[in-house]
Amino acid sequence: MHRLDLLLIVALVAAALWTVMTARLLRAVVALAVTSVLITALMFQLRSPIAGVFELSVCAGLIPAILITTISLTQRLDAEQLIARKKEKLRQYWPLPVLVIAAAILLSRVNVPLDFPAILPAPEKEEDVRTSLWALRHIDLLGQVVILLAGAFAVVVLVREKHRKSD
Amino acid sequence: MSEPVAHLFLLCGMGVVLLLIVGFYSLLTTRNLVRMVIALEILSKATTLALVASGYATGQIGLAQALAITLIVIEVAVVVVAVAIILCVYRHTDSLDVAHLRELKG
Repeated sequence: MHRLDLLLIVALVAAALWTVMTARLLRAVVALAVTSVLITALMFQLRSPIAGVFELSVCAGLIPAILITTISLTQRLDAEQLIARKKEKLRQYWPLPVLVIAAAILLSRVNVPLDFPAILPAPEKEEDVRTSLWALRHIDLLGQVVILLAGAFAVVVLVREKHRKSD
Repeated sequence: MSEPVAHLFLLCGMGVVLLLIVGFYSLLTTRNLVRMVIALEILSKATTLALVASGYATGQIGLAQALAITLIVIEVAVVVVAVAIILCVYRHTDSLDVAHLRELKG
């Protein structure tokens, strides 16, 4: 159990590093999806399956699809540009793995006090996420709908502006 | 807090800190707009993991999941709007480099 958790965390950080360090944008998006899949596995370990399924379907499915569509609308790099990009990436990002490893070593040596008092007391019976959403956080649902509508409205406005200019 | 719960919570806490380092480093060094959105995604993943791990450690799993779902929905809206802005910038400047934004009017 402990080994699996450790393995998941190591794989998660490695996937995040791959995401930011790879020279090709498409590979970065695929690595981002892999990061989401690993976070989903961690969420299942943390007994949060519904949030995990949301993460898997939205962050590993929908968002990479949106990003890949965006990348497909831009121009390809030729071979020379790609080599220059790889060199630039190496120059920019070589300190990052060192920093991450140093931070991991430092964090593993810190003794975190775990006897802190919780702000909210734990419920007597474990609450279902549906009960939490519908009974306690129903205003959040309204907020989610408003945010999605605002996002859709913003996209429509931005795209319509472009059409008007191209006419 | 029992020993297995504390162990998993600490591991997740370490993962959150490392993801935040990766995300902030990428956000500060990159000049590509799509990569900036990807760095933001990594930061929001760290936040989601922190929420769920905190809920697991304090016994508030239902509430943590509700907050995580809200965060994921907001994340989608942010990405969609960011992508629309990136496409508009790309049509204006023919580049994804953030430095070209300085040349725009306004």
